[in-house]
Amino acid sequence: MSKTLIRGAKVLGGEPQDVLIDGGTIEAVGTGLSAEGAEVVEADGKVLLPGLVDLHTHLREPGREDSETVLTGTRAAASGGYTAVFAMANTFPVADTAGVVEQVWRLGQESGYCDVQPIGAVTVGLEGRKLAELGAMHESAAGVTVFSDDGKCVDDAVIMRRALEYVKAFGGVVAQHAQEPRLTEGAQMNEGVVSAELGLGGWPAVAEESIIARDVLLAEHVGSRVHICHLSTAGSVEIVRWAKSRGIDVTAEVTPHHLLLTDELVRSYNPVYKVNPPLRTERDVMALREALADGTIDIVATDHAPHPHEDKDCEWAAAAMGMVGLETALSVVQETMVDTGLLDWAGVADRMSFKPARIGQATGHGRPVSAGEPANLTLVDTAYRGAVDPAGFASRSRNTPYEGRELPGRVTHTWLRGKATLVDGKLT
Amino acid sequence: MQRHLISAADLTRDDAVLILDTAEEMARVADRPIKKLPTLRGRTVVNLFFEDSTRTRISFEAAEKRLSADVINFTAKGSSVSKGESLKDTAQTLEAMGVDAVVIRHGASGAPYRLATSGWIDAAVINAGDGTHQHPTQALLDAFTMRRRLVGRDAGLGQDLAGKRITIVGDVLHSRVARSNVDLLHTLGAEVTLVAPPTLLPVGVETWPCEVSYDLDSTLPKSDAVMMLRVQRERMNAAFFPTEREYSRRYGLDGDRMAKMPEHAIVMHPGPMVRGMEITAEVADSDRCTVVEQVANGVSIRMAVLYLLLGGNEPAVTHSRTEEK
Amino acid sequence: MDKLDTQASDARPVLEGPDIARVLTRIAHEIVERAKGADDVVLLGIPTRGVFLARRLAAKLEQITEKQIPVGSLDITMYRDDLRLQPPRALARTEIPGDGLDGRLVVLVDDVLFSGRTIRAALDALNDIGRPRAVQLAVLVDRGHRELPIRADYVGKNLPTSLRETVKVQLAEEDGRDTVLLGAKPTAAPDAQR
Repeated sequence: MSKTLIRGAKVLGGEPQDVLIDGGTIEAVGTGLSAEGAEVVEADGKVLLPGLVDLHTHLREPGREDSETVLTGTRAAASGGYTAVFAMANTFPVADTAGVVEQVWRLGQESGYCDVQPIGAVTVGLEGRKLAELGAMHESAAGVTVFSDDGKCVDDAVIMRRALEYVKAFGGVVAQHAQEPRLTEGAQMNEGVVSAELGLGGWPAVAEESIIARDVLLAEHVGSRVHICHLSTAGSVEIVRWAKSRGIDVTAEVTPHHLLLTDELVRSYNPVYKVNPPLRTERDVMALREALADGTIDIVATDHAPHPHEDKDCEWAAAAMGMVGLETALSVVQETMVDTGLLDWAGVADRMSFKPARIGQATGHGRPVSAGEPANLTLVDTAYRGAVDPAGFASRSRNTPYEGRELPGRVTHTWLRGKATLVDGKLT
Repeated sequence: MQRHLISAADLTRDDAVLILDTAEEMARVADRPIKKLPTLRGRTVVNLFFEDSTRTRISFEAAEKRLSADVINFTAKGSSVSKGESLKDTAQTLEAMGVDAVVIRHGASGAPYRLATSGWIDAAVINAGDGTHQHPTQALLDAFTMRRRLVGRDAGLGQDLAGKRITIVGDVLHSRVARSNVDLLHTLGAEVTLVAPPTLLPVGVETWPCEVSYDLDSTLPKSDAVMMLRVQRERMNAAFFPTEREYSRRYGLDGDRMAKMPEHAIVMHPGPMVRGMEITAEVADSDRCTVVEQVANGVSIRMAVLYLLLGGNEPAVTHSRTEEK
Repeated sequence: MDKLDTQASDARPVLEGPDIARVLTRIAHEIVERAKGADDVVLLGIPTRGVFLARRLAAKLEQITEKQIPVGSLDITMYRDDLRLQPPRALARTEIPGDGLDGRLVVLVDDVLFSGRTIRAALDALNDIGRPRAVQLAVLVDRGHRELPIRADYVGKNLPTSLRETVKVQLAEEDGRDTVLLGAKPTAAPDAQR
């Protein structure tokens, strides 16, 4: 296999170095490396990160290929600097059997743009009543380790307890979508000043926080590990912080949009801002940033949720929930965390690659940029600043809340095991 | 320039007073042998009702017809909308037929705002009630009724409602009437107090430009007008209050309570009333109750709004929020 | 109605206070003469200044006939044929005297007769209000340039004008003084539609 020399890249934001890739592996990291026999990529002061890992992606296939497929979704992932994504289980049919997760896994293998690790449903049909065959999914070719009913909450305390216990047998983790269903009946947006004015059904913070509180206590009781999807409130942060201080084995994620956007945007009634969990207040945004910086929140996960145009080009109540995120995630994190001084690039590598890979047990991903490691790498032009243009997205869907918004940073190259999937901002 | 009426909050004090003054002149048309003006001749207005509301639709229709507009009534029930056609497609279909204005009633909060701001259609949009958001013409007709009764028919011209104490009682949480009235009455200088059980007040109400009380009896003596909101039966099963009986005991208006109001104070209701629930028959039928007047005033207000938005080459009222985007 | 406020300086008075009073007295006499005693006359002024003129005429008629003369106002805004050409105007009051117009001799009163479109609108408005025995028109100034087959029955002053000129009537009730001014239209902003 061919060699590639990345010359003058700030590895994890440090001093410029050369990185030599040979085949699927990093051969050497240092200064003045020989370019002999290698294709040279002049990094020119760009930042080199380990390939990003997204623990929370909706690829929509099978079932909603009109919004995304494994192929288009992984192309979007490569564009955004990702080398591995975890595909959520809420497809049609639901990924609650070994058959479905193997299908998704195989489609990912074929795409070649990014590794796809299927997430299995916790309960049959995401219905919250009967455990899915978690062990079978784990033993399948897909080797599922993360289980989630995302989109729906495992709200039955007994089912949640059993799931937490059961996956211990093979080292799995349950990722909870924390949303108390009764408190969120008819909910349309964050409950507060703006919802009161707009007359949209309120989605109280407590509906998320009460489930998180319950689940960290359950995890403690049964001695299991629990992962909390898309934390969105300051109160959730406090609960996770408390749980960690008690030694409970909990990890948590935050989405890029919850780090940047607030419910004030809903005043436009534009459903592009309709998302689950809903956009919260400025106070929540600040608490989430702080928690991501201090490690209370472990990782950034996109909750990339593609929807066809017609599902957003309508009145608010009729619109689908969710935003695409793979292709803007790193820019939003740079805007909210790096450019604000809350996190350095090593911190970004930790929150967007090392830790998500560890939580999801994505072998070969989230590894240090050093000799002998798999060459899963992302090169970022951090000096770039420009308006987001959804027309250029690789994703099949365009439901981004950032259209026209100026954001910093642009992924120029992505390598998956030494093979370039993105070169100069263009997919290969 | 946009030509919409989406929210009572969009109206400035001067806009609102202009609408009330214009409605006062429109009201005089009702006294004539021929209750018709040629003003909107050749203009087509569609009443696009996705929710049942015969009262509001008839009121708009009467106003449109008195101004000689061509009227198309479109009710979602039994139409292609119930077969899944979207708001956008419906609106575009209607506009293709040459509609100048859309009067829209929709169950989803913000639907009229979307219709006006998404570039789907060019026609003027008048909100005839959206979800639990706004019902601006209702607030205008309420303010009109208050100004006539509390300031005077002629004395009221050019005047707002400065210093008038208005109490709104009932299901504020689900009420677009309450939201619109709080916005408009505040703009017109009135002092608004909301009275409801805490379960029927939205989280965030503390930021509204009004007072909030849980106690009706202490508020009544300080009220120039008391507006009773309808309590829908379906709230019964959602634990907003224990029983109908307890609700009407604590928050219903009966003769004894009405006696606590000042002599000049009026009782209002946006209709339809649930007699025996939020209001007793004795109060509903008293001459202090303006329900029937409100209905008549509704036509005048809607004529005024239609004239001011559609009568010229551009609307006579300015809008702040709706035009930002 | 013509906008003239800015160049009042170069506007020239063609009728002063005493002239206006004299003219109104003459019109009052003509009305009594032609209506044979003015028994069934109703005066309807067209807002704004026509209303003041109608009230003044009514006072003079009452002096002459020693009878109460019904006087009211007729707002024609919503009957205008140029509504679509400008923003909607605030409405003025239409006030029909108690006994109505049916079978009466209605004398419309306006300050300036120009294109005739205002009077056309007034006739349409009248149509919706009642059925007078006859309708007549009294104006303070007739400046010509009719665009419709309409003429006045009583004219205070015939004032031949150019289309580039403006005629502005000022009355004490509204403007603090009585005068009729003839001025030049500002060339920068030709007012296509009066």
